[in-house]
Amino acid sequence: MNPTDVGLVGLAASGILVAVAVAISLWRHLGLERRLLWAALRALVQLLIVGFALQLVVGDDDPLVFSAIWLVAMQFFAAYTTWKRARDIPSVFGLSLLAYAASSLVTLGVLFGFHVYELEGRTIVPLAGMVVGNSLSATVLVSRRLFDASRERSAEIEGRLALGLSASDAFQPVLRDSLRTALIPQIETTKAVGIIFLPGAMVGLILAGVDPAEAVKVQISVMYLVLGSVATTTTVMSLGISRELFTPSDQLIRHD
Amino acid sequence: MRYVALVTAPATFELTDVVAGPEDDPILKGISLSVPCEGILAIAGPSGAGKSTLLRLLNRLDDPLSGTITLDGRSVTEWEPGDLRRRVAMIFQTAPIFPGTVFDNLCVARPDLTRDRAEQAVDHVGMPGELLDRSADKLSGGEAQRMTIARALLTEPAVLLADEPTASLDTASRQTIEDLARELADGGVPLVWITHDTAQLRRIADQAVVLVDGTVVASGDLRELDRHDDSRVRELVGTPASDENAS
Repeated sequence: MNPTDVGLVGLAASGILVAVAVAISLWRHLGLERRLLWAALRALVQLLIVGFALQLVVGDDDPLVFSAIWLVAMQFFAAYTTWKRARDIPSVFGLSLLAYAASSLVTLGVLFGFHVYELEGRTIVPLAGMVVGNSLSATVLVSRRLFDASRERSAEIEGRLALGLSASDAFQPVLRDSLRTALIPQIETTKAVGIIFLPGAMVGLILAGVDPAEAVKVQISVMYLVLGSVATTTTVMSLGISRELFTPSDQLIRHD
Repeated sequence: MRYVALVTAPATFELTDVVAGPEDDPILKGISLSVPCEGILAIAGPSGAGKSTLLRLLNRLDDPLSGTITLDGRSVTEWEPGDLRRRVAMIFQTAPIFPGTVFDNLCVARPDLTRDRAEQAVDHVGMPGELLDRSADKLSGGEAQRMTIARALLTEPAVLLADEPTASLDTASRQTIEDLARELADGGVPLVWITHDTAQLRRIADQAVVLVDGTVVASGDLRELDRHDDSRVRELVGTPASDENAS
């Protein structure tokens, strides 16, 4: 049997694991049965749709413009999701769109520029997906932290402004703390890889029959891609939000 | 021990028709005022009168909704904000402490600060030089406030704004800060000092501006204010009972 061919029977059998989770919920009176079933069903439908749509753009003969449209749509959707989770932050939609675009440009630019992967639909869409998908939570986190810190640490920030520091210098310590908080989980994950967990791309490739040594190479490039994209996205986002928090005359805008 | 002022020209603020605060409910309701910064000028008034709002306009931590403010004849909006804030320094009710040692905190005001200059700076505010290496968050409330004064003075200001700097201090620390303020004022660094403590106002102020409900109801030196027709003014500047009877 082709190791990648799970088949409908296989798919149904893997659903037994969802049934296990539901059974635990029932046994321990967690009240999560409906949520579990809904999440599993939703994931199935979403991925089937994505899989079907991907077939249209990642084929060898499909024009790259389809991948480009997919990439842009993905970034708009990510910016929309960021806005939904942090809609009280000024200009969050535009800033996060800029951050995802900048991050994709830098990280995919390196990967394709140095021919780590060939530029084709099969590579653009999944790699861009890794960039946006993995940066999303860090982007929301850094946005929230910066915005909250501008209120919680307003005395400290205005203390620096009152000494004649520019807004960017006065905000620098807050920016640094927020960026560190957003990046440290990603660094920890990168450190733990291979020891505590085997990452998804590598598992997928090994299951698909690829030589583990080759799978590791792909995984490392993907991990570095994720690290680079999280760093770029959060930095662009932080710098953008910092500008929104001050007037051109270096006054902290109060958002009470 | 005396602080030697490096800027000798007295600073004068002129406020014209200044409205400030939230747009839908301004706190300052059109004040016009000349503030010659000499000695210690107290800004007195009940809570919510607009004292802090007024002070924050003078170094442009906030801008008014309308009206103009000039410093030495030049609109504060024409100053580069950093230059203005170094000329018009400010200390706060709760001393903002930055991470690191006292020396690190002083360096925020002057990144090129030498050890000798830092020792002079803490000596000016009556702190021993050994405290320079202490973590700033280990200082007592009074020491922290003195450190923030030393830090503000390192910008060589022409005037020091003080927003109730002793409100959260014990009696002994409060006394030390008041004595320091007097030394600074006599040494050529005038202060604009917010207080709603009339006893403190009597101890430290040479002149006062009295704010009530966002308007200036009186200003001048204390002897004039003690003879003011409005009993609210005499009450807010703590006119002694004997003077009350005389008026």
